[in-house]
Amino acid sequence: MSLSLDEVKRVAMLARIEVTEAESAQMLEQLSGVFGLIEKMQATDTTDVEPMAHAQDVVARLRPDKVTESDQKDLFQSVAPAVENGLYLVPKVIE
Amino acid sequence: MINSGLKALSQNLADRKISSVELTRAYLERIDAHNGAVNAFITVDAEASLAQAKAADARIALGDAKPLTGIPIAHKDIWCAKGWRTTCASRMLENFRAPYDAHVIERFNEAGAVILGKTNMDEFAMGSSNETSWFGPVKNPWDQERVPGGSSGGSAAAVAAALTPAATGTDTGGSIRQPASLCGVSGLKPTYGLVSRYGMIAFASSLDQGGPLARTAEDLALLLDVMVNFDPRDSTSLDRPEEDYSRMLEAPLNGLRIGLPREYFGDGISGDVRTAVEAAIDEYRKLGATTVEVGLPASELSVPAYYVIAPAEASSNLSRFDGVRYGFRAEEYTDLLDMYCKTRAQGFGAEVKRRILIGTYVLSHGYYDAYYLQAQRIRRLIARDFSQAFEQCDVIMSPTSPSTAFGLGARMTDPVQMYLSDIFTLAANLAGLPGMSIPCGLDSAGLPVGLQIIGNYFSEARMLNVAHLYQRQTDWATRMSPVAAS
Repeated sequence: MSLSLDEVKRVAMLARIEVTEAESAQMLEQLSGVFGLIEKMQATDTTDVEPMAHAQDVVARLRPDKVTESDQKDLFQSVAPAVENGLYLVPKVIE
Repeated sequence: MINSGLKALSQNLADRKISSVELTRAYLERIDAHNGAVNAFITVDAEASLAQAKAADARIALGDAKPLTGIPIAHKDIWCAKGWRTTCASRMLENFRAPYDAHVIERFNEAGAVILGKTNMDEFAMGSSNETSWFGPVKNPWDQERVPGGSSGGSAAAVAAALTPAATGTDTGGSIRQPASLCGVSGLKPTYGLVSRYGMIAFASSLDQGGPLARTAEDLALLLDVMVNFDPRDSTSLDRPEEDYSRMLEAPLNGLRIGLPREYFGDGISGDVRTAVEAAIDEYRKLGATTVEVGLPASELSVPAYYVIAPAEASSNLSRFDGVRYGFRAEEYTDLLDMYCKTRAQGFGAEVKRRILIGTYVLSHGYYDAYYLQAQRIRRLIARDFSQAFEQCDVIMSPTSPSTAFGLGARMTDPVQMYLSDIFTLAANLAGLPGMSIPCGLDSAGLPVGLQIIGNYFSEARMLNVAHLYQRQTDWATRMSPVAAS
């Protein structure tokens, strides 16, 4: 499989990472190397092998639907780049 | 004092031969004197550390001390510690002060240990050389022209340089064991699920596991007693009876069956590494162990499987860094989308971006089955190999890393070469098995070689026993790096 420059740019957009032309070209070269490595696993026949998502077979634990945390909104917002009146500020989305 | 193990330090504190404040100050002075050379710490806060030390001294005076009360411990800068800058070695979190404690930090605080500082690492734990840190590379205390390994390179270097008696790390694909190996210290990645990931900044959630680094296996056991604990806040934390990890340390090794995977002793390893590891295995034979050749054929595919699964999980985990709720935000942008794209372009380093792109690609429409599902099937085959191997043996031994510490910059331009550094460590993460690395020799350049010990699920106490008796028989764990000796 060979990656194209357009694919690198498309994936970067999906990942919300701005890339310059020069960066895309360099990324293409490096990712092609990595995918060369990854391709080796395609030769293995894995028919009937159950995919393993996790190391332990654990089921999601349930807990009573009760409030367990105290309100620490101010503390948590103190590390935000921009807040006003308890709201996170972002550029205008709706005209 | 700086060469003492945790047990001796604890005894000295109990006997009032030294106070926690004095001990903490001694290490802070060493950090002051030597951190410039190795760059093992990102953040040191003497005032905060000494306040904890003072509280520990009061607790010791009251007769309320636990084994680690008053002992300074450095933490990889991936653990949130309330009030401490917690950067994950990224520009994205350069000024992030954690508003809460990770479960592991809470446990150390309850034990009365002192937070000595936050150690350097590869950015978001992505790397095998500690060169991807926004705060600059860590230098290996054995040779400052070489890497310490990664991603817990700062923790390993800090222990090796005697800037801390012990440290925490995390291991997603070898990030405790490989730097422990390259820096000549002991490190253990527990069975997946034993150490809570709450407050540990996520890289690849199905593989990430916290663990300790220290000089000896005996010290690792004491650290593990604190770190392993059920935590309902981590949905993968395992609710198991508490264990005393030191309980088996002295058990004789007669009849221990060591599995030697033929795939891990092939052409790829350096001559000096092979010689040191084979000598260690001979030592085990003298201690009464027998060896058996085992096969881990699917392990050959651990590099490709890992570099699909880990980036896939990372691309999802790291989507939270968007410049809205915490962390870095780009200064200039035109609209919301542009803000996301510029924030992430400027906030992440090259390796992190590379992995996010790999992960995004393998999860994208049309590629999911061919890459992600195939990697998960290979993961199953790798885990099966191990369970078959453990029918024939109690522990598996191999080199931790195919080579000793490589030069700074030597592999930075070639990600494939860098990824291959982890070839022997990745499989344990994929299977969720415990793995450790202990020093077992020096190469011709005087650089440490590590022996990897992989055990079956939940066999940590036995693995520590296996490591401890070797460390009593040989002196590799007590060899000091030049920085530690100065």
